[in-house]
Amino acid sequence: MTATDRPPLLAVQGVTKAYPGVVANADVSFSVGAGEIHALLGENGAGKSTLVKMIYGLVKPDSGTMTLRGAAYAPSEPRAARASGVAMVFQHFSLFEALDVAENVALGMENPPPMRELAGRIRQVSQDYGLPLDPGRKVGDLSAGERQRVEIVRCLLQDPKLLIMDEPTSVLTPQEVEILFKTLRQLASEGTAILYISHKLEEIRSLCDAATILRRGRVVATCTPRDKTAREMAEMMVGAVLSPPERGARRDWPATAPALQVTNLSAASPIPFGTSLKSISFSVGRGQVLGIAGVAGNGQDELMLALSGELRTAPGMVQSFGVALGAKGPNTRRRAGFVAAPEDRLGHAAAPDMSLVENALLTGAIRKGLTRNGFIDWAATRDFAERVIKAYDVRTPGSGVAARALSGGNLQKFVIGRELSQSPDVILINQPTWGVDASAAAAIRQAILDRAADGAAVVVISQDLDELLEIADSFAVLNGGRLSVPRPVQGLTIDEIGLMMGGAHGMEVAHGHA
Amino acid sequence: MVTLEKRPSPSRFWSAATPVVAVALTMLAGGVMFALLGKNPAEAIRTIFWDPLFGEFAWYLRGQLLVKAGPLILIAIGLSLGFRAGIWNIGAEGQYIMGAIFGASVGLAVFPTDNRLIFPAMIIAGAFGGWLWGMIPAILKTRFNTNEILVSLMLVYVAEKILSKAALGFLRNPEGAGFPGSRNFNSYPAAANPELIAGTGMHWGVVMAFIAVIFAYILLQRHILGFQIKLAGQAPRAARFHGVNPQRMVVLCLGISGACAGLAGVFEVTGPAGQISIDFNVGYGFTAIIVAFLGRLNPVGILLAGLLMALTYIGGEMASTNLGLPAAAIQAFQGMLLFFLLAVDVMTNYRIRLFTKGAA
Repeated sequence: MTATDRPPLLAVQGVTKAYPGVVANADVSFSVGAGEIHALLGENGAGKSTLVKMIYGLVKPDSGTMTLRGAAYAPSEPRAARASGVAMVFQHFSLFEALDVAENVALGMENPPPMRELAGRIRQVSQDYGLPLDPGRKVGDLSAGERQRVEIVRCLLQDPKLLIMDEPTSVLTPQEVEILFKTLRQLASEGTAILYISHKLEEIRSLCDAATILRRGRVVATCTPRDKTAREMAEMMVGAVLSPPERGARRDWPATAPALQVTNLSAASPIPFGTSLKSISFSVGRGQVLGIAGVAGNGQDELMLALSGELRTAPGMVQSFGVALGAKGPNTRRRAGFVAAPEDRLGHAAAPDMSLVENALLTGAIRKGLTRNGFIDWAATRDFAERVIKAYDVRTPGSGVAARALSGGNLQKFVIGRELSQSPDVILINQPTWGVDASAAAAIRQAILDRAADGAAVVVISQDLDELLEIADSFAVLNGGRLSVPRPVQGLTIDEIGLMMGGAHGMEVAHGHA
Repeated sequence: MVTLEKRPSPSRFWSAATPVVAVALTMLAGGVMFALLGKNPAEAIRTIFWDPLFGEFAWYLRGQLLVKAGPLILIAIGLSLGFRAGIWNIGAEGQYIMGAIFGASVGLAVFPTDNRLIFPAMIIAGAFGGWLWGMIPAILKTRFNTNEILVSLMLVYVAEKILSKAALGFLRNPEGAGFPGSRNFNSYPAAANPELIAGTGMHWGVVMAFIAVIFAYILLQRHILGFQIKLAGQAPRAARFHGVNPQRMVVLCLGISGACAGLAGVFEVTGPAGQISIDFNVGYGFTAIIVAFLGRLNPVGILLAGLLMALTYIGGEMASTNLGLPAAAIQAFQGMLLFFLLAVDVMTNYRIRLFTKGAA
């Protein structure tokens, strides 16, 4: 069946939304039929989020019309959208960690029933749809996948006609993704339409009936995902032909102590509700890339802090070429050849209100020699910032612009470029291609491999398995603050990786209660 | 409906225009207040802003301008570094008092020796006294995670008690017939901080304030430490990532601002005030907070703001003697300045958007 066979549940006609300086959606039209799983596909910044925000009543279109079940539909706020049978699961959850599941669900409802009745309904719905969930558990104790179930169940209790899901699988293990897909297929078979936002093409091929592809705010194509290859869809999304990254010729480096050696690294988390690191050991030699996978919140941030020097440990826990650095701060490690790009770009890797020039100084001061006797050489700093901007295609009006004025993807390119341009010996990156479009992601991966070919040891932490398998030589999983033994990437299957990641978190427990 | 929308980048125009607009609004609102008090608003504003500079007694009052502006600028420069780093020293008044007591103690201890090293030694002791008083909240914060705002503020009252004790006890003039207050430094040349050019009000403390302005300007514009101070205030996590040690930053900023306040205190006690007395402190340490913000935490801005604030002090005194305006009205007027400044300051980072109802 194709989209046109079904009576359209939601029809969007000629919707346009402009923000100062950017047109987020230009004349977008598409429709979703009852029981259809419809993908909205596009790079970051293509306008997917703005489009669904209009459907969910968070943003008002400048022009264009929408109809829902044949009637004109113009929700003034999310409450109106929910009343019309539209529900949305956001990429970032809005849950209170200190409350239990049922209390969180009640907070999101217009007229919550008494708690006892609500708990019963949560059990019922979670059982009906194969989403194991115990209404009495504290949300703070739940895995990311379970938290998402809370959000989904909250939506399902409202009996939606249209369910919008924004990047739902970015926090899930492969096994959890399967559970989610079963639920979505069941919902669709009962007549609920699902609008599914993602840029993961294989998922869309296996799940969706139809896809609308957006590029720079416009609909550039519609297709039936099953009939296209992932590459064809990616090229429609990007509007260009993509090539996979190339590895430089493998060179033999003189035998030395490893560029990065981590031995029995244990540290309490400095982050509230964080995950402590528990005797992590690995080593990375020159020219090697270690990929570390794992669902967010399993110690990625803490590991990054311990490697970059923000979190200090016993001296021997982190060594580089035989030199103990565990007790040294970030600047000493930079002098020793380390560069690092933490996950949170705005506020951690970059200062939001400072210019790109100042942000270039932030980490470049030492390795690029931007200060003399403590006095800043602003000309050299500006020059460094502008070279990064040029080399990494950072779209900005100039180097004097505040970091927060850049889009997430462009800031990402700047941060990664700033670190990779410092001829490093050890590269530490958390989520290298977070928020960047497919062509920029390819460029970043290529740049990482180039640095590795130049002799850098690379540690990449990412939740994107495809990315890790593409660039890493060896692969390990961080789970609950422990790192699995790194294994060579060659010959590793997705199922094995899923099991390394701990399978579907909390399944058994939840079933036991249900 | 009116909403505030965050600007993509801070507005340079509003950043520069804020103090001017704030002063203009203060004049307007102040004028209304003076009118309600039954005074001629135009005359009151003229008395405050114009007469000290160009009026009948300007020959004397112009000199007073630097005398009042000097300590305000010196203290505000020190405070501004901490404020930039997000470290809130509210206790400059106490550090100012302690600087004066430490400096005066050194001078009085060697009275009546004549040696050209006495005055420099007193200055160093004054800076040390202020620094020491700033170190108390610094160490309590780094060791026990106390709040520096509360601790530094409460230490002002401790310093005031010590000041009374000094004026009535250990620093009292033995030849003063039992009156409270120390010997007068103006009659002890080796320890005095006289007017350098007659009629200008210029003394070593004012020179020091100008040096502090230049020093702070270079620090913030050109030096990595200035960059780290700004970074620590704007993005604490990015600062740690850069390699800033937050504890060190607390010690450094409270130390610098304490030392600056201490310097202002010792220059004041050896010069314009002349002696340690019970009512030696007149609120420079608190007013400097307004000066620091009025100057947008920028050294040159603080220089101008210090002069403006000194003007409202002198003009305010004139207005209360000549026009019979209550002192509280003058204080309210100065408070309005900070109020409007903070209100207008919103425009730097936000713009006002007007919506017709329903379009939001």
